[in-house]
Amino acid sequence: MERFTYHTGIGVPLRRSDVDTDQIIPAVYLKRVSRTGFQDGLFAAWRADEDFVLNHDGYRNGSVLVAGPDFGTGSSREHAVWALLDYGFRVVISPRFGDIFRGNAGKQGLLAAQCERADVETLWKLLETEPGTEVTVDLAEQTVHAKDLTVAFTIDRYTRWRLLEGLDDIALSLRHAQEIDAFEAHRPSWLPTTTVG
Amino acid sequence: MGRTLAAKVWDDHVVHRGDGDPTTATPDLLYIDLHLVHEVTSPQAFDGLRLSGRSVRRPDLTIATEDHNVPTTDIELPIADEISRTQLETLRRNCAEFGVRLHSMGDVEQGIVHVVGPQLGLTQPGMTVVCGDSHTSTHGAFGALAFGIGTSEVEHVLATQTLPLRPFKTMAVVVHSRDGALPTGVTSKDVILAVIARIGTGGGQGYVLEYRGNVIDQLSMEARMTICNMSIEAGARAGMIAPDATTFDYLAGRPHAPVGPQWNAAMQYWKELHTDGDATFDAEVEIDADALTPFVTWGTNPGQGLPLSERVPDPAQITDAGERLAVRKALSYMDLQPGTPLRDIPVDTVFLGSCTNGRIEDLRAAAAVLAGHRVRDGVRMLVVPGSMRVRAQAEAEGLHEVFTAAGAQWRSAGCSMCLGMNPDQLAVGERCASTSNRNVEGRQGKGGRTHLVSPLVAAATAIRGTLSSPADLGS
Repeated sequence: MERFTYHTGIGVPLRRSDVDTDQIIPAVYLKRVSRTGFQDGLFAAWRADEDFVLNHDGYRNGSVLVAGPDFGTGSSREHAVWALLDYGFRVVISPRFGDIFRGNAGKQGLLAAQCERADVETLWKLLETEPGTEVTVDLAEQTVHAKDLTVAFTIDRYTRWRLLEGLDDIALSLRHAQEIDAFEAHRPSWLPTTTVG
Repeated sequence: MGRTLAAKVWDDHVVHRGDGDPTTATPDLLYIDLHLVHEVTSPQAFDGLRLSGRSVRRPDLTIATEDHNVPTTDIELPIADEISRTQLETLRRNCAEFGVRLHSMGDVEQGIVHVVGPQLGLTQPGMTVVCGDSHTSTHGAFGALAFGIGTSEVEHVLATQTLPLRPFKTMAVVVHSRDGALPTGVTSKDVILAVIARIGTGGGQGYVLEYRGNVIDQLSMEARMTICNMSIEAGARAGMIAPDATTFDYLAGRPHAPVGPQWNAAMQYWKELHTDGDATFDAEVEIDADALTPFVTWGTNPGQGLPLSERVPDPAQITDAGERLAVRKALSYMDLQPGTPLRDIPVDTVFLGSCTNGRIEDLRAAAAVLAGHRVRDGVRMLVVPGSMRVRAQAEAEGLHEVFTAAGAQWRSAGCSMCLGMNPDQLAVGERCASTSNRNVEGRQGKGGRTHLVSPLVAAATAIRGTLSSPADLGS
């Protein structure tokens, strides 16, 4: 995974709460077996509406999505994160994220930055007043800058550390291979296996 | 200081305790006892293994089934949708290459992953169970710690049989009534819809919900699975119910349940799996089940539900601006007018099935309502068993004849119209009473409108053509 220190890009105000992963990418777009090519599915139903924010010229090349509370709830599909990344997003800002989505984002290098609701409201107003405004998200400082505005965001410290260092989760866990072996040696014998016969 | 059920299961699976270093804040490394796999969230995980030259650490703790994409008619024919076919063929290739047991279409053990696991006896108390599917919370009904994961985590579990995790907070959801029974016509589906309406779709975030109280004690295993299944719809990663005699009776004799001395040893452990009397929860919610009536959703998230006797809410009467906007958007999508009695809402389709309500007791309950009635003209009803075993059991009991005599379609097993990855979809503007778990925009097909209901309400709605409970059918 690439290191993530800070990102600057056009901010996109998505004035919606409860953006579940079915909205981020509908199920019919989940059939690909590769890790790329999901950008067409991103917000597919909403993008059919010409008034949808991503269809406005000012936000077309946006890479910092600013959404309402409970972003990424529902289905565990990591395709939601892939679709956002494939489209060009690097950061999502929301007052609260679905647990599984937040975890998936952290594994893939998409920064899920949690901001106060009032700060999201301020960001929305700023981005709506001046479409195309650039937003800088600094992971080391845990701040969001846009024009004269600077607000803080939170992220769990483990994910922050992994993103800053660009560390692969599986490799980190395999550092404990001997402990996994030792744990397995003492698992109760009644526990089931999926082996037949 | 006593511990909660969730804490006990957690503690018994810690491979490595996280450190206290404030920079890295490493979480606990938790061992995973059972990994369920399906075709949609696994292809990229297997690819990842190949790219890094890793193998599946414990194929003997891993099992796969085809469910999300499978057609529910003409299953002996090649799958018409080429991309769906590719995804299933990819799963077959991956399972063959990595040595993972797979139940494919046509196999008697094929079905929805969360129906198959319990039915084989693979889900047992005190286990950690994961799957690349948010409804993995279903398995918590056995006192297992079970939760959905993303594809990166699927790869992580395949490679290491562990996951780095931070402990969840705990919330007690106490459901009680005078004598522990539910009022007539009220099912565990109505209970969980009422819970979600109470705490909201984000109310459970960061928590494991432990369902307790005399109503839970009296529920069957299948009814408990329905409740735990929808924990994720309240934002919770997992739901749990302490194992008891109902759990042990369900497990005894299942293909993968322990036998003989192993059973006795397991029982000794299982009986310890309950929240201690002096343990405390981080939060607590109480539900008075005597006050419950059949519950349906009117909006576009599972928290937007009301008793069937109520009316569509009026956004003008909501004070919070954000919520008012959300309700307006929901009513606009659902094409509903404020003040309309929920009972007057007509449907085009009724879907009985899914990992929430696709088990034999659900089919029995719906068949009992449908017997001697006809599905109303102009309404189509799909009955999709959760697994091929459930289908076979229903046929042995003659339930399929009740459904077909009523004019419903009797299908093969799969996720089907719960999420419409196969051809079972709503058309634009169609309205469905569905026993599934998500009523979000487009869930059952682009432009489709979903009302979440119990199997009893589904059957009565099929007969009357508008949202209804069996009580509306008269005698």
